[in-house]
Amino acid sequence: MPAEPAIAHQFEDAAQQRDASTLGMWVFLATEVLFFGALFLGYTVYRLRFPEVFREASGHTLVVVGTLNTAVLLLSSFTMVMAVRAAELKRRLSLAGLLLLTAGLGLTFLGVKAFEYAHEIHEGLFPNASFQFAGADPLGARMFFYLYFLMTGVHALHVTIGIVMLGIFALRALLTPRLERLHTPVDLLGLYWHFVDIVWVFLFPLIYLVGRHT
Amino acid sequence: MSPIKTYLQVAGALFGLLVLTVAAAYVNLGPFNTAAAMVISLAKAALIVLFFMHVRRAHPLIQLFVVAGFFWLGIMLTLTLSDFLTRHG
Repeated sequence: MPAEPAIAHQFEDAAQQRDASTLGMWVFLATEVLFFGALFLGYTVYRLRFPEVFREASGHTLVVVGTLNTAVLLLSSFTMVMAVRAAELKRRLSLAGLLLLTAGLGLTFLGVKAFEYAHEIHEGLFPNASFQFAGADPLGARMFFYLYFLMTGVHALHVTIGIVMLGIFALRALLTPRLERLHTPVDLLGLYWHFVDIVWVFLFPLIYLVGRHT
Repeated sequence: MSPIKTYLQVAGALFGLLVLTVAAAYVNLGPFNTAAAMVISLAKAALIVLFFMHVRRAHPLIQLFVVAGFFWLGIMLTLTLSDFLTRHG
């Protein structure tokens, strides 16, 4: 079987091929923006309806843990952008190392999140039949925790997919005979990882920081 | 690709904004607490999109698609909230 050419026949040059791939990734991310956007909209509507109880319920989240986890994810975006740089410079070992480091930070984030979930389920804050909330309006608090588990859960699913892809790409970086072919794919994986980071940047204050001043 | 220095500066700014958003949450700004948090989050997102996602130096067509994605989100938020924020009773 003949080797696949570096530039597919429909493209003028490598730059155009690369821009087409990036454009396609951004079209996918635009659908993701609307997907998460609908969840943020739902959150906003219920927070407008239950402003007091959302402040109270938010106080039950672990703000120090959440802040440290945000820092872990921001740091992983930095290691990801360094991986993209290593791919462009065709540095095989630093590429594989940085991809694994990014995956490790993602795993740390998930581990901390699992610890938080365990704490909240133990406190009776998971919105199932055993939900317990000692405030004035348990129904509103239930809605906060329903949105909390749904939004952070869908976000964690995205992080999980990212970690799997990072692991696969680290292997590809070590094994591929044509490292230069990995540049665009690593770039696109970076776009995905940064997008997941951006979702968390908005989730963090809306979950952990509501009504901390009261 | 940008120099490592740029990436380090952006990462530093992101950590600075994280500290700022947590600090601001503990100060009573009345109705402006949420607004402040969202402005800081928007600044963080803008830094990530422009520098880490390299949109600053991307092809204009890609930049247009990025803006369109967030613009459509804006339409969804604005039209829905124009209903919920103006209901009486």
